[in-house]
Amino acid sequence: MAENEYIYYPGCSLEATAIEYNMSVRLIFKALGIKLVEPDDWSCCGSTPAHSVDHVFAGALAARNLAIVEKMGASTVITPCPACLSAFKKAHLRMVDNEEFKKEVNELLEVPYECGVTAKSVLQVLLEDVGLEAIAEKVTTDFPDLKVAPYYGCIIARPPEVMQFDDPENPVAMDKILTALGVEVCDFAFKTECCGAAFGVVKKKMVNELSSKILNMVLDCGANCLSVPCQLCQQNLDLRQDQINATMHASFKLPVLYFTQIMGLAWGYSPRELGLDKHNVRADHLIRSKRSIEEKRREEEEKAKTKKGKGKKGKVKKKPKAPKTEDKKAETKQPEAKTEEA
Amino acid sequence: MRVGVFICHCGNNIAGTVDVAKVAEEARNMPGVQFATDYMYTCSEPGQEEIKEAIQREQLDRVVVAACSPRMHELTFRRTVEKAGLNRYFFEMANIREHVSWVGEDKDLNTNKAIEAVKLAVEKVKQNKPLFPSSFEVNKRVLVIGGGVAGMQAAIDCAEGGLQVVMVEKSPSIGGMMARLDKTFPTVDCSICILGPKMVDVSQHDNITLHAYSEVEEIKGYVGNYQVKIRKKATYVDWTKCTGCGECTEKCPSKDAYDHFNYGVAPTTAITIPFPQAIPKKATIDPTYCRQFVRGKCGVCAKICPADAIDYEMKDEIVTEEVGAIITASGYGLIDLDRLPEYGGGRYPDVVSGIQYERLLNASGPTEGHILRPSDKEEPKTIVFVSCAGSRDKSIGIPYCSNFCCMYIAKEAILTRDHIPDSKVYVFYMDIRSPGKGYDEFTRRAQEEYGVRYVRGRVARVFPKGKKMIVKGVDTLLGTQIEVEADLVVLATAVTAAPGAPQLAEKLRISYDQHAFYVESHPKLRPVETNTSGVFLAGCCQGPKDIPASVGQGSAAAAKVLSLFSRDMLESDPAVANVNINVCVGCRKCINTCPYGAIEEEELRDGRIVAKVLETVCAGCGVCTSTCPCGAIQLQHFTDNQLLAEVNALCLS
Repeated sequence: MAENEYIYYPGCSLEATAIEYNMSVRLIFKALGIKLVEPDDWSCCGSTPAHSVDHVFAGALAARNLAIVEKMGASTVITPCPACLSAFKKAHLRMVDNEEFKKEVNELLEVPYECGVTAKSVLQVLLEDVGLEAIAEKVTTDFPDLKVAPYYGCIIARPPEVMQFDDPENPVAMDKILTALGVEVCDFAFKTECCGAAFGVVKKKMVNELSSKILNMVLDCGANCLSVPCQLCQQNLDLRQDQINATMHASFKLPVLYFTQIMGLAWGYSPRELGLDKHNVRADHLIRSKRSIEEKRREEEEKAKTKKGKGKKGKVKKKPKAPKTEDKKAETKQPEAKTEEA
Repeated sequence: MRVGVFICHCGNNIAGTVDVAKVAEEARNMPGVQFATDYMYTCSEPGQEEIKEAIQREQLDRVVVAACSPRMHELTFRRTVEKAGLNRYFFEMANIREHVSWVGEDKDLNTNKAIEAVKLAVEKVKQNKPLFPSSFEVNKRVLVIGGGVAGMQAAIDCAEGGLQVVMVEKSPSIGGMMARLDKTFPTVDCSICILGPKMVDVSQHDNITLHAYSEVEEIKGYVGNYQVKIRKKATYVDWTKCTGCGECTEKCPSKDAYDHFNYGVAPTTAITIPFPQAIPKKATIDPTYCRQFVRGKCGVCAKICPADAIDYEMKDEIVTEEVGAIITASGYGLIDLDRLPEYGGGRYPDVVSGIQYERLLNASGPTEGHILRPSDKEEPKTIVFVSCAGSRDKSIGIPYCSNFCCMYIAKEAILTRDHIPDSKVYVFYMDIRSPGKGYDEFTRRAQEEYGVRYVRGRVARVFPKGKKMIVKGVDTLLGTQIEVEADLVVLATAVTAAPGAPQLAEKLRISYDQHAFYVESHPKLRPVETNTSGVFLAGCCQGPKDIPASVGQGSAAAAKVLSLFSRDMLESDPAVANVNINVCVGCRKCINTCPYGAIEEEELRDGRIVAKVLETVCAGCGVCTSTCPCGAIQLQHFTDNQLLAEVNALCLS
C-alpha cells in the first residue's frame, strides 16, 4: 500500500441513505491528497441483524471483508460507519482471543482471515494520522452562526475494550476536530446518549422519545445544529425530525450534519459538493453568513484590542504575547489560503 | 547419616488427594533414611512429641517433615528438633500441601509428586550444615511515616511506652484526612475536637520528634539498625521564627493557588496555614503560585512579616535519623473527579467529591460552614449523593469497596438536613454497607428521622440544565428511570492508594498489591506486620478503613514495636551470604549487585582485596551467589552443593 492511501470500506448505507457522508469523506481525503481504495467485491459487515442471531455467522461476514483487505497486502482498513467498525473489531478480537472461534469462522470462508488487519474509523484516522494541525491549516472559511453540539452516538467509543479509542463516557475526538476548524462547539451532555438506533423500524414511539431528548438537550446547551459521525444517528435525528415533532408535539428544526461535511464547509467546499441538500432539515440559514478566515482573525484582533483598553492594569502585561503569535500565523498562512481560493 | 521422615495428613487437606502411607513407605527406601511414618496432624503437640521420641529412639541426626508451606510451620519444627538436641538447620520441610494436594486432583500423580518432594528434601537435609545465629544490638527508636490518625496513635503509644519516636509528615501539618472532616460517624461529634488533643500530644510529647513537610528520601540498614534520610522540603518560611500569626496569608496578592487541604474546592493564597488547629501552625509558600517565584517580583509577605521569617532562598534540607523499626501509616488518596466523566466530574463546578463537601460543611472551610455551591455561591436546596463513584467498578480498575463511603454519606446527608432544613436530600446507592457498631442504626436514622431519600440504583449521567444539575438514574426497587433536578451533586469518590505509595514501598522493601495498597504478612493473623522484619503497617496504606480501625491498627503496630524492642539484642538469621576468601578474586561484582549494600571490600594481610559480607545487613536474597564468577560467595543453607543435591535427586534417578 502506498503511503498516501487507505483501504476504504464505505459500508452499505453510505451507498444509499447516507450517500452525502460518503461524498464528504471522499472530498476531505481528496483535499488531503490521500487516495481511498475500496476493496474489490466487499460485502455486508454483519452488523446488528447477523450478530443478534449467530456470532459465528456475523464473524464470518465481517472476516470475509477483512480477509479481502489482508489479501490486498494492507494492515489497516478505515470505515466511516461505527456499526461496520464495531462488527470488524468484534470479529477480529474474538478470532484473536479464541482459536476455536477462528477455526469455525474460517471454515465458512473461501479465503481464511489470519487476523492481520486493524479497523479504524475515519474519525480516528483524521485525528491521529492526519492530525489537528493539518486540519487547521486547510481552513479557509468561517461560519459565525454555527453553534455545534457534538453527538457521537452509542458505539464509536464503546465498549472501550473493543473500540480502544477515545473516552467511552465523554468522547472528545470530534470536539477537537471541530475546534481546530474554528467552529464553536457547545458543551453537550448527551454525547453518547441512545438515539434509538435500529428500533426505528419496530418501535417507532420509543425512538421518537429518545431522539427528542437528544434534540431537547441540543437546544438546552445553546447549539443550533448537531455534528455526527454515525449515519444511523443522522437518520433518526434528521429524517425522523418531522415525526418527532408530530408525536412529541415539538417544533425542532435542527440540522444534523456529518462532521466531515462541516470540515468540507470550513475548507471552502460548496454545500452541494458535500451533499448538504440531501438532508431533511436544511442548514442553509446557518451557513448563509460566512467570512474568510483572514477577516475573522482581523475582527478578533480588533475585539481583543478594544478589550485590552478596558481591561485591568495588572493584566495588560501578560496579554500582548498571545496576539503576537497569531500575527505570525496569519502572515505565513495567507499565501496558502489564496492559492486555494483561486 | 540417619534421616527421619514424617508425612503429615493435615486431616484431609493432604491425605484426601495424596496416599500418605505410600509416601512414607517409599521414603523408607531412600538412601540415608532410617525412619519414616505418617501422622494425622504433625504440627499438633503429640505430633511434635512423636518427632522428639523418634529422634531419641532411632538416634536420628536429620529430620524431614512433609506437610504444609514452610511459611506456616518451619519455625515450629525447627524448635522441635532443637529441643530434641539437633541443630535447627538439620531440618527440612517438603511442601506437599500448597504445592501438591491443594493444586492437583489425581491421587496417583499427586502421590508421585509428593514422593519426589520428599526425595528432594532428604537429599538437601543430608547436605545441611549446622548454623548458629549471632546477636546484635537494637536501636530503640522508631520511625512513624505519616501523621494521620493512625500514625499519631502509633507514635503516642510508642512514646508512652518509653520509645523515642521520629514522625515524618508529607504535608505542612499533621492531622491527615481526619483533620479535614467536619463531623465523624456514627456519633456526629466534631472531628477536629477529638483529633486536636491527639495532635497536641504528638507535638508536645518529649519523646516525639516531628518532621513536618518532609518526606522519606532513603532507607538503609535492617531491623534494629536503620539509617533513614529525610528530605525536609523548603517552606520558604523560617519555622523557628514564624509565629503563625497569619498576616502573610491575609495580604498575599496571589489568591488563585490550589488548596491542597481543601481539595481545591476553592482557591487559596500562595502562602498558607492549612487550618486554624494546624500543628505546627506555621506558614508555607507554594512556589508554583507565589509571585516572587513565578514573576521574580512581589515580596509582600517578606515586607509585612513581623517576625522576619520569610526566606525565598531556602533550600531543601536532608537530615539523617537512626531508628530500629518503622511504622508506615502513609494513608490513602481519592480518585480524581476527571475519571468520572459520566457524572460530569471535573467538568461542572457543582459536582464535588465527598471530601470537598466535607470542607464546605466545616466551619474552618472556605465557606465558613455554610453550604454554598461552588458555581454561584448560592445555598443548594436539592442535593444528590452518589455512592460508589468509582468504587466497585471494574471498568476503571477499582473492583474493591472503599469501606467508609456509605457511612460518611449518611453523615453528610444528616448534616445537610441540619444545615438546610427545607432541603431535599437524595442518596443513590448500590447497597448500604454499615457493619460497624451503631452504624446500621445510623443509616436508618438518616432515612427515618432525617427524611433523607435513599434510592436504590445507579446514576447513569449527570448533566447541567440551566442552573440545575440533572441526575439521571434508575430506581431498581420501583423499576423506573428517575431524574432529579439537583443544585449540587456529591460523589463518594473511590479510595485509592496514596500518591507515591509504590515508591515508598520500594524504599521500605515491602510489597504492595495491584492497587498499590501495602501487603500485610498474613491477611488474618498478621495484619500489621509486613514480610520485611522491622516494618509495620497502620491505617489506610494497607486498604481503605474507617477511623476506629485505623486507630486500632496504629495501637497494634505500636504494640508490635514495643514487643520487638523488649529485647536488648536481636538474633540474626545465619542463612546469609558467606565469602570463601581462598577462592574470591576481588572482582567486586557482588558489591555492585547487592541490593542491600551488604557487601564491602576487605584487605587481607597479604594485601589481597576480597569481598566481605555484613551479616546483619544481608537479607539472604542470593543475588550475589549467582553473580560470582568463581563460586566464592555462597548463601548459607542454600549453597550450590545443597541445591545441586536436590536437582540430582530429581533428574539423575
